[in-house]
Amino acid sequence: MIKKINILGTPTQDKLNLFVPMGIFFIILGFLDVILNAHFKINLTSFLPIWINYFAPLIFGFLGLHYIRIEFSGIKILDNLNKNINSNGFNALLTLLILFVLIQNIPPLLNWLFFDADFIGTSKEECSREGACWIFVNVWLKRFIYGLYPNAEIWRINLSFLLLIGFIIAGFLVPVKAKKYIIIFLLFVFPFIAMNLISGGNFGLEWVETAAWGGLSLTFIISIFALLFCFPIGMFLALGRRSSAPIIRYSSIGFIEFWRGVPLITVLFMASVMFPMFLPDGTYMDKLVRVIIAITLFEAAYMAEVIRGGLQALPRGQYDAGKSLGMGYWRMHLLVILPQALKLVIPGVANTFLALVKDTPLILVVGLLELVGMIDMAKSNPDWLGFATEGYIFAGVVFWIICFNMSRYSQRLERRYKTDR
Amino acid sequence: MNIKNTTKGFTDFFKDNSKIRNYLPQILTLLFIVFLIGYFTYNAQVNMDNRGIDFGFHFWGQEASFDIQFSLIEYDGSHSYGRAYLVGLLNTILVAVIGIFFATILGIIIGVSRLSSNYLISRVAEWYIEIFRNIPLLLQLFFWYFAALRALPLPKEAINFFDVSFLSVKGLYIPKFIWTNFDIFIYSIIAAIISIIFVYNYARKKQEQTGTQTPKFLISLGIIIVLPLLTFLIGGVSLSFEYPILKQMSETIFNYVGGAKIIPELMALAAALSLYTATFIAECVRAGILGVSKGQKEAAGSLGLTTGQILRLVVMPQALRIIIPPTTNQYLNLTKNSSLAAAIAYPDIVLVFAGTAMMQTGRAIEIVSITMATYLTLSIAISILMNWYNKKIAIKEK
Amino acid sequence: MYKYIKQLTSLFAVIAVLFAFAGEAMAAKKSKTLKNTQKKGFVRCGVSQGLPGFSNADASGNWTGVDVDVCRAVAAAVLGDAGKVKFTPLSAKERFTALTSGEIDILSRNTTWTLSRDADIGLTFVGVNFYDGQGFMVRKDSGITSTSQFKSGLSACVNIGTTTELNMRDFFTSKGISYEPVVFEKADEVVAAYDSGRCDTYTTDKSGLAAQRTKMKDPDAHIVLPETISKEPLGPVVRQGDSVWEDIVRWSLNVMIEAEEYGITSANADAMKSSENPQIKRLVGAEGELGAAFGLDNDWSLRIIKQVGNYGESYKRNIADTGILPDRGPNQLWTKGGILYVPPAR
Repeated sequence: MIKKINILGTPTQDKLNLFVPMGIFFIILGFLDVILNAHFKINLTSFLPIWINYFAPLIFGFLGLHYIRIEFSGIKILDNLNKNINSNGFNALLTLLILFVLIQNIPPLLNWLFFDADFIGTSKEECSREGACWIFVNVWLKRFIYGLYPNAEIWRINLSFLLLIGFIIAGFLVPVKAKKYIIIFLLFVFPFIAMNLISGGNFGLEWVETAAWGGLSLTFIISIFALLFCFPIGMFLALGRRSSAPIIRYSSIGFIEFWRGVPLITVLFMASVMFPMFLPDGTYMDKLVRVIIAITLFEAAYMAEVIRGGLQALPRGQYDAGKSLGMGYWRMHLLVILPQALKLVIPGVANTFLALVKDTPLILVVGLLELVGMIDMAKSNPDWLGFATEGYIFAGVVFWIICFNMSRYSQRLERRYKTDR
Repeated sequence: MNIKNTTKGFTDFFKDNSKIRNYLPQILTLLFIVFLIGYFTYNAQVNMDNRGIDFGFHFWGQEASFDIQFSLIEYDGSHSYGRAYLVGLLNTILVAVIGIFFATILGIIIGVSRLSSNYLISRVAEWYIEIFRNIPLLLQLFFWYFAALRALPLPKEAINFFDVSFLSVKGLYIPKFIWTNFDIFIYSIIAAIISIIFVYNYARKKQEQTGTQTPKFLISLGIIIVLPLLTFLIGGVSLSFEYPILKQMSETIFNYVGGAKIIPELMALAAALSLYTATFIAECVRAGILGVSKGQKEAAGSLGLTTGQILRLVVMPQALRIIIPPTTNQYLNLTKNSSLAAAIAYPDIVLVFAGTAMMQTGRAIEIVSITMATYLTLSIAISILMNWYNKKIAIKEK
Repeated sequence: MYKYIKQLTSLFAVIAVLFAFAGEAMAAKKSKTLKNTQKKGFVRCGVSQGLPGFSNADASGNWTGVDVDVCRAVAAAVLGDAGKVKFTPLSAKERFTALTSGEIDILSRNTTWTLSRDADIGLTFVGVNFYDGQGFMVRKDSGITSTSQFKSGLSACVNIGTTTELNMRDFFTSKGISYEPVVFEKADEVVAAYDSGRCDTYTTDKSGLAAQRTKMKDPDAHIVLPETISKEPLGPVVRQGDSVWEDIVRWSLNVMIEAEEYGITSANADAMKSSENPQIKRLVGAEGELGAAFGLDNDWSLRIIKQVGNYGESYKRNIADTGILPDRGPNQLWTKGGILYVPPAR
């Protein structure tokens, strides 16, 4: 249709100097119209009837892009542009739409987020309400990170995490011989140290009940504990599922399918409401412990499926070779199968861990306040009503940073270990 | 010397008797499981005796005495807890179906865009996926419900769509469809679908025998328009609409009466689920399309097919084989994630049954078990369906 | 002769030892919760997630309110110090399961005493510390001044799993009004939904309405309608099966109310030891052995009155002086026109 109304003919290379300036003129006109309309409230084409007026920049831009769509024009930039975003009418339309939407919405968004926002202050009155009130986040930051933990004892949480990071870094740097000791230390000794530090009660440290733990530190505590314990359990389940003994196999399958078939919320309900009934009369297991056990078993089922994928991917020859060397079941798995399989499943394990971190906000339905729960509590405080958006954006950014970096890291791991085979 | 001999004899006994080696772990596992279940049951019995609670399902027929905000079937407080369970289950299925529908459409669009040669489009699709995949679903749900939909205006200043549809903080009001002789209309639709299937079969057979194409798309379009239209003209089917009208209930409280209402809780849940799951489906679609070997596309191109035809006739049928299993997994995840309705006021099975009903009756064990069993049944049903489909389309290696 | 005396003495010795053991065993069986509390050194109290006047935490984490005072009274009686309480904020959903699972020992969370809760879910209500009724709140500018002006199509925000949800249904059905219930788990979410206009009215106990109004953006823009549509006797709850603990909590509350009846306050409790009235002397522990009935020492009631105050002081401090409900209404002594009438502590 365009061709029919185009009195100047199709854009071709010989008429380069005619079409390109005209095209550029129309494109600039279109963009100018959008910018002036959106930000300066000046309507260039107000003399046109309302429908055409609304779509005028689109028509200008489309016409312009049509004019510069010249095959083999010889100018490198123009050729790249045409191949990329201007290959046909549909593409051109989409490009224009995307660019216009971005131009209309990004500056006000940036304004609200950064330029008009208030960053420094201590009370609600200092928020001018033109932009985002980041003072809210500033004032409550300690609570968002540490929950209701007493301020005087926060050094204990900091110390635990510093120790953890320190030992992990040490694990990368020390020679191979010492690595075994570091791993054993991290797996078996460090949890006790961390528990004593954070929970207190012994060695003269004040006891802090688990209901007071919260915020981002609780997210990390739960994720790390669940990851630590769901890995061995998942491994046993995966091996059990592949075993030839029917009872072991069917109980593993039943266990895995059960935990994979129910949503995490019902699992948390079960842990907080049903599970205490199954404990002997008079004993009381802390709610946080029950929740961690529930999440661990839940994630162990998913981990078992991931590890099973790795075990299946190994060629049968490995199993046959191990057996032909006279190795028993456990020896063969420990020395031959598992090292190879685990290398294969590292991306899957990282994905499962990512899913675990993204699932931790659900614990607020059973009354544990991690980051999202703390934000809920902060935004209903009578002094700070009405700042829900800032709080949720802050939580969204924090989670996004953590998860994005983890997924990038797992992609890198996947690339690295792919070349090994 | 004697001890060493006995221990050696002991381990040799194990090594020689392979039967015992096979059966002993199994027996131990069985004993362990039985012991665990027995221990839990015994404790539960003792605890319930102490508290004076009894175990039983007789609450199922008792009067519920609470109302539910949104229900697809007839329900009010005088019905039983069993009927309340059914209402919750239907609401869960409703939000799951809506979510699956929009997630699939959006996922396919984003997945295909990701592979577009247009730099801008593929970047935008990539950033969409990265942003919506890495923010927890609960947070997205909270944002949609507590921040976005709460900012809508009151009914008096509702957003107006052509004067038949209104969007306000209390919900989306659309005209209600009032049918007469609805079953005749349904029969005509079924008849149209069956005849379309016949048309396609006939066209395929004809193409295999003689090689000529029949315009089956146009014929099918004609059938599906004409047959239902006939029912309107001569079948006695008629459709009228009941429009929502603004009614004043007091000086400042307005409400729309008449018409059908879609509550904001449903909209927020469907939106959050669709946007989140669409990212995963987009990745599945992308993997599927990339999984078709390049040689297929090149061969089709050398035969003179256009890009659109290549996508439709060569790539998509092969890609579907790779796309469908993980996508079905995502559908399952979406159904399980719909349980997040408990965090906002959407009356699905978790809020109605494992929430209100459990709190009013106190029967925690029974109700949580029933809820988990429901989700388990849904998951297993979909898994079985998927396994059957996988077996059916698997390429049988010669 | 010696042989008989020896036999008799050894028989008496054995019987004495048996009695001692039996007594020990019987005393030990008396109350597991009491023993655990004394061992832990603090009372575990379940409260709301922030309801001014009943249980509310300030910025430094100090809890105040009439429900809080009940737990503090129990702590003063059992452990000697009203401050030895650990508070666990609970939503309406988890309050009962927290009690039955053993996470808390007393639930003092403005919980309505009903038959099904008392008999069917393994709990025991031990008294009423606030007589209340359910009401409705609307915006002042809506022009509604009475529930008779409610029309069909109304949307009402409630808390999930409360008697409010059920009473609301009974009320609207009896009036033939079709309504839309919007149920949330946390009280803050309910209030936010009502405030934003999602619901036309907010319903809960009238004391809750008054308390939540103080937490809203513009408290004066809302009014509580005058009609009361149900009886809501609010009181503390304990687990079924531990009768001694039940009695301790019940009589801690009763002592607070009876102290106000006799004019004993935290200020003059010590002076009242020299009173003429024998009942006053019993209440401050100067006479009688009331504490021994629970296995406590005799100063248990004196400590309650001195450290927490009598019922009137607690009400004044938490509810009247903060402006939530200055008029005590039915929560006044029976001798002064209210319905607070407790059994005598003797």
